[in-house]
Amino acid sequence: MSGTRTTDRTGVAPRTGGPGIGESVPRPDGVPKVTGSFAFSSDLWHDRMLWGGTLRSPHPSARIVSVDIGAAVTITGVHAVLLHDDVPGSKAYGLEHSDQQVLAGEVVRHEGEPVAIVAADHPETVRRALDAIVVEYEVVDPLTDPAAAETAPPIHPDGNLIRRIHLRHGDQQVVGEVQVEGTYEVGMQDQAFLGPESGMAIPVEGGGVDLYIATQWLHADRDQVAACLGLRPERVRLTLAGVGGAFGAREDLSMHVHLCMLAMHTGRPVKMVYSREESFHGHVHRHPARMWYRHHADRDGTLVRVEASLLLDGGAYASSSSAVIANATCFAAGPYRVPSADIEGVVVRTNNPPCGAMRGFGAVQTCFAHEAQMDLLAGALGMDPVELRLRNVLATGDRLVTGQAITGTAPGAEVIRTCVDHPSAASIAEDPMALPGGAGRTADPAHVVRGEALAVGFKNLMFSEGFDDYSSAACRLADGVATITCACAEVGQGFVTLVQQIAHEVLGVQEVVLEPASTETIGSAGSTSASRQTWMSGGAVQKACEEVRVRLLARVADEHGVELDGLVLVDGLVASLTGDLRVDLVSATSDPIHAEVEFRHAPTFPLDEDGQGDAHVSFAFSAHRAIVDVDVGLGLVKVVELTTSQDVGRVLNPVQVVGQLEGGAAQGVGLAVMEEVQLSDGRIRNASFTDYLVPTALDMPPVEIAALIEQPEPGAPFGAKGVGEPPSITSTAAVAAAIRAATGLALPRVPVRPSDIVFGGGAA
Amino acid sequence: MSIDPYALTVNGREHEISEGWPGESLLWVLRERLGLPGSKNACEEGECGSCSVRLDGEIVCSCLVLAASAVGQEITTVEGIAPDGTLSDVQQAFVDAGAVQCGFCTPGLVMAIDVLLDSDTDPDDLTVREAISGNLCRCTGYGRVIEAVNLAAAFRRGETDL
Ligand code: FES
Ligand code: FES
Repeated sequence: MSGTRTTDRTGVAPRTGGPGIGESVPRPDGVPKVTGSFAFSSDLWHDRMLWGGTLRSPHPSARIVSVDIGAAVTITGVHAVLLHDDVPGSKAYGLEHSDQQVLAGEVVRHEGEPVAIVAADHPETVRRALDAIVVEYEVVDPLTDPAAAETAPPIHPDGNLIRRIHLRHGDQQVVGEVQVEGTYEVGMQDQAFLGPESGMAIPVEGGGVDLYIATQWLHADRDQVAACLGLRPERVRLTLAGVGGAFGAREDLSMHVHLCMLAMHTGRPVKMVYSREESFHGHVHRHPARMWYRHHADRDGTLVRVEASLLLDGGAYASSSSAVIANATCFAAGPYRVPSADIEGVVVRTNNPPCGAMRGFGAVQTCFAHEAQMDLLAGALGMDPVELRLRNVLATGDRLVTGQAITGTAPGAEVIRTCVDHPSAASIAEDPMALPGGAGRTADPAHVVRGEALAVGFKNLMFSEGFDDYSSAACRLADGVATITCACAEVGQGFVTLVQQIAHEVLGVQEVVLEPASTETIGSAGSTSASRQTWMSGGAVQKACEEVRVRLLARVADEHGVELDGLVLVDGLVASLTGDLRVDLVSATSDPIHAEVEFRHAPTFPLDEDGQGDAHVSFAFSAHRAIVDVDVGLGLVKVVELTTSQDVGRVLNPVQVVGQLEGGAAQGVGLAVMEEVQLSDGRIRNASFTDYLVPTALDMPPVEIAALIEQPEPGAPFGAKGVGEPPSITSTAAVAAAIRAATGLALPRVPVRPSDIVFGGGAA
Repeated sequence: MSIDPYALTVNGREHEISEGWPGESLLWVLRERLGLPGSKNACEEGECGSCSVRLDGEIVCSCLVLAASAVGQEITTVEGIAPDGTLSDVQQAFVDAGAVQCGFCTPGLVMAIDVLLDSDTDPDDLTVREAISGNLCRCTGYGRVIEAVNLAAAFRRGETDL
């Protein structure tokens, strides 16, 4: 296809050639982050501050009979102990439905649900006060099996069904000559960002509150917090505090309302920091999934129909479950042409920990399943799995199972070809530390077998189903310096760098100042999720800068009596094409120029009762090839190499794109072989980094980037697609498939556990 | 809460600690009492390395060290590895290699790599990976971090400028 460029890994220079688009411009916050001077939310400090803490339910399901705070309030240094009845406004909040209790009232619905909050002079005093609160519970048998949820008594007034989508596409009578069937499971994954939940609330004289918090979406938080405090939104001001990673776990409120209640009650600033254990209870997780599939194909490998039934466990509260199941359902069949489909997606409520957003958002679970099915189908057809995928992969103009035609770029075939054609650099490990089991040096080389496999996936970018998705940005150009205001949450992804690059590209300025992200200074930027901020807030910043540029040129044309058409902006100068007028930016903007804009993507539409409709804006494709070594005696896996190609539209900052691809792949490796929130009877058994294992540098292989496919996406700023999520979608599926290739086992569940390999769990 | 005062030597400066709770960790005292929040608090259970500091040159998780037990030892934090307003070679390499995303793991990684390169300026890939395997990073997948180690190591061998 014309306009396609592929960027080789060797094209990723560590240093920049210039400050504009397409360069590896260094992060403006890089220096403060390496010196330790960057202020994260847990670094907030105020000389009058108190410390806050939260008492959480030890039971997944119980009625609260009584709460006695008498002993706690008399402890010296304790300034406040607050309960459900102290919540001044709405007692519940939520992203899509206000169903989650700020503080539990009559019942608790999951282990770790907040029951009481405390403010005191020292964290140790807080701990003692929390210990001194006496809660009498009447324990109820928890509902922990999602398959039983729909028939079980409701555990919430809103019922146990959060959403059901029954997607039907094409001729429902067709049957394929070859059919394969499988049932798959994905465990509960934790985002495990490193910067724990933390923040500070400061009461404002005359009522109102300032909240400094690490979040993904300031304005959505502000509106929920204000409702719970019974305040008008403008009385609640949120400012982004330094964010130590997010990955979906900061889309919901955590301590926000608690901090504000404590600050307003005590009249003092209050700081709170969750411990790592508390963090596991304090945010939503990736939905565990059970997925049944039947694929139908003709003998030549052409897919004719996909049937699937998906069940996601939403846990106790709705969070973003409705949108997650929509994604899981819409992308259940993978990046393939499927003329006939019957896919039922269901997400239910249980007394398990609440689930919501995590990188990949519903597409991770189904990619694991549809790619296992494609390999099974290739086996049944006696066909090469790569060829099977190439035969069916989506391209521009094809329709999804939702009936929507892809109008933008869709280089599915290109990501597959470049990924499989990339030579492998993997050698046979000699050092025992590089074998499965790693530093434990437990592997016996005689028991180690190697496997290799490919997985392909895709996902929507930005919000879907008719959501009014927009971002706001302002640009002020004064004395040659551009000041950008945008409430986009920088969570580590590098939006702060893109702002510099975009402003430079559009205005030619050398100095770009980005104001702190706040609800006070500008409208919403939307959420830092759904791979949307490069497009949405990048687009808003570009539009604001362009507006300033137009006004600048008009001003110069007017002041110098020249034609507007004959003016250009280059290298910090407004110049006429004839060369006789040259005005420098500094003097041209001694009187500032300001523009504030809202930027929207093309509208989307709700799904109809058959799950059909133009519900999405744009799609990004990726492929991973994994090579693994497996010690079949011990059941241990070493991921030796990952190779990836990704559809990126256009590379705005090569080193940042590579960082997203490597980091996303690591989270996928984690889900494939290590990471699972272990539950028993609704309780988390491994709420620590001792027991919840996140990949280390020894667990992660090198990530070879075979190609960044650059086909500029219409409507996107500079043609760039978001790049954050695809790497975490296909890496899990590829690693699991490579373990299957090595062992010959069916392995229908991730994470793959040693016992699954040793005892042939889910043997074919 | 009042305690028996004790003194800590941090980045070459003596600090007296005269209030607080006797059970406070070194990480806590650095961050909350001495105004040195560069050492990070990702787990406070010895598993992530974000709190790494040097105690008499050795790398330790400061969340696992009782502050009062570090009396008489030379404590070096990320704030103390380069003169104010400058970057150490490892810090510069992190910026150049794009090894920083959210940055929460960064100070701990910088300390661990500094210790590694002090003893070995030409570590192979596995040595590097093992040396930083006590430091969790959730954002980068370690690729650019290892690139930064390679840049800094080449600098220490006198092969490149930073
Ligand atoms: S905070 Fe010390 S090891 Fe994690
Ligand atoms: S950069 Fe975010 S944890 Fe390492």
